[in-house]
Amino acid sequence: MTALLLDLPLALGLFGAGAATLLARSLFGAVLGFISTGLIATLVWVRLEAPDVALTEAVIGAAATSVIILYVASRIGNRATPPAPPPIAQRVLAGILSALLAVLLAHALFSLPEPAPSLAAPVLDNIAPTGLGNPVTAVLMAHRAIDTLLESAVLVFAVFAIWSMAPERRWGRAPGPAFMAEAHGPLAFLAKVLPPIGIVIGVYIAWVGADAPGGKFQGGAVLAAMWVLPWIAGLVAPPSISDMRLRLAIAAGPLVFLMVGLMGFAVAEGFLAYPPGYAKTLILLIETAMTLSVAAAMACMIAGPPERRARP
Amino acid sequence: MSMLISLFSAACVLAGVFFFIAGTLGLLRFGDTLSRVHALTKADNLGLGLIALGLLPLVDGIADALKLVVIWALVFLGGTTAAQLVALAVRREQDPPP
Amino acid sequence: MNGTAPFALAAAGLVGLGLYGMLAQSSVLRKVIAFNLLGIGVFLVFGIAARRGAAAGLPADPVPQAMVITGLVVAFAATALALVLTLRLHQTTGAVTLAEDPPTANSAAPSE
Repeated sequence: MTALLLDLPLALGLFGAGAATLLARSLFGAVLGFISTGLIATLVWVRLEAPDVALTEAVIGAAATSVIILYVASRIGNRATPPAPPPIAQRVLAGILSALLAVLLAHALFSLPEPAPSLAAPVLDNIAPTGLGNPVTAVLMAHRAIDTLLESAVLVFAVFAIWSMAPERRWGRAPGPAFMAEAHGPLAFLAKVLPPIGIVIGVYIAWVGADAPGGKFQGGAVLAAMWVLPWIAGLVAPPSISDMRLRLAIAAGPLVFLMVGLMGFAVAEGFLAYPPGYAKTLILLIETAMTLSVAAAMACMIAGPPERRARP
Repeated sequence: MSMLISLFSAACVLAGVFFFIAGTLGLLRFGDTLSRVHALTKADNLGLGLIALGLLPLVDGIADALKLVVIWALVFLGGTTAAQLVALAVRREQDPPP
Repeated sequence: MNGTAPFALAAAGLVGLGLYGMLAQSSVLRKVIAFNLLGIGVFLVFGIAARRGAAAGLPADPVPQAMVITGLVVAFAATALALVLTLRLHQTTGAVTLAEDPPTANSAAPSE
């Protein structure tokens, strides 16, 4: 009963914030609604006993996504006149279709089989050889490592795609637009004070993911923020997109992952299999490379395609 | 003793929640941006500080306590900077630099 | 339902809201926001399945949770790409929608 007292307002708040996002008259209001929705969703994840997902939702789903939406909205939203909405018939049809889908989905969720199928027991039975204490990390790095490998490749291709949006003449320059430096403003102050603390916290979150909630994606996203902050404050210029070190940092995660995976053919049972006794060491190696790659790739995705002059 | 600690924690957290609600009310009800920023940052920083203070006696070890303090300090830093930036943006909008 | 009923309703509602937003709004940016709302709803469905699968002393099934973490990162990458495309569309044509007809004169100001 006390649980319902907490869950019901959370669920109502989540739906309400989502509705407010759609109903907002201004683009800026919609972005604020989306940020609120993401933050409430973070709390819902905690209530669903998923602290790892809650961290990811907070850092990537709510924070990083909102930052890039707000950034693009501030660049085009204010200047453009709001477009005319689609014809009323289309909106009514869309409303009927969406409501129908929501009702069907709710019906499906309420008629799920009891008891629910679960892979929790097999995961726990096979966690010992990985040397990990966090079952979610064990799934990501061992039981479903192929998903994580493919996902790390997605990040690299996303950066490729974003960079290739740059006009021809700007290829090879630093990612993102040129930000004006304000040497003594509050943003410069934050960009000087926060990164030393934030880098420690980002590395800690990535490191602790082996045994507790956290991991490479959450920690890597924090590191990305700490890298982007001085760019936005104009304190340091990002490296050129032709810089081999930047490219290597972005590709390191999938490369190391793939090499360890291929090594499995020679020294273990097959692709992505770890040799007995070395699982934890290899997983840590992959996680380190992945943390670096997630940080570099996310920083480049937040900054966007090259728009400014490279460092003289 | 533990009774006293629970009472202290409950009082701090409740006071913190009160300040959060007050700050949110200010955000929703105040007319201009500067007062809204003022209400939000002042009240929320106090509210979060009180909640962190109330939770401190309940954590298991010194490491967890330290994490709580760091979280409070970071939100303090972030909130203060954001408030300054919003205020600067408001000033720039009111009288744009030549 | 293992206490997940309120969240199941909210997740289904968010999926509906997100789909409606993608179909019934013309601004591309607002479509991207709606896409992310839809994403939150879909991911929550996984979270509910995970919570219902609590077993063997774990409070939830870790497999769907790991899939959501993967999904969140991919959704971010997709959103970042969609936003850059939106920005380039606006920079080159001045348009903020995907409508067939050319943008009106006052908004057609390439800012490059």
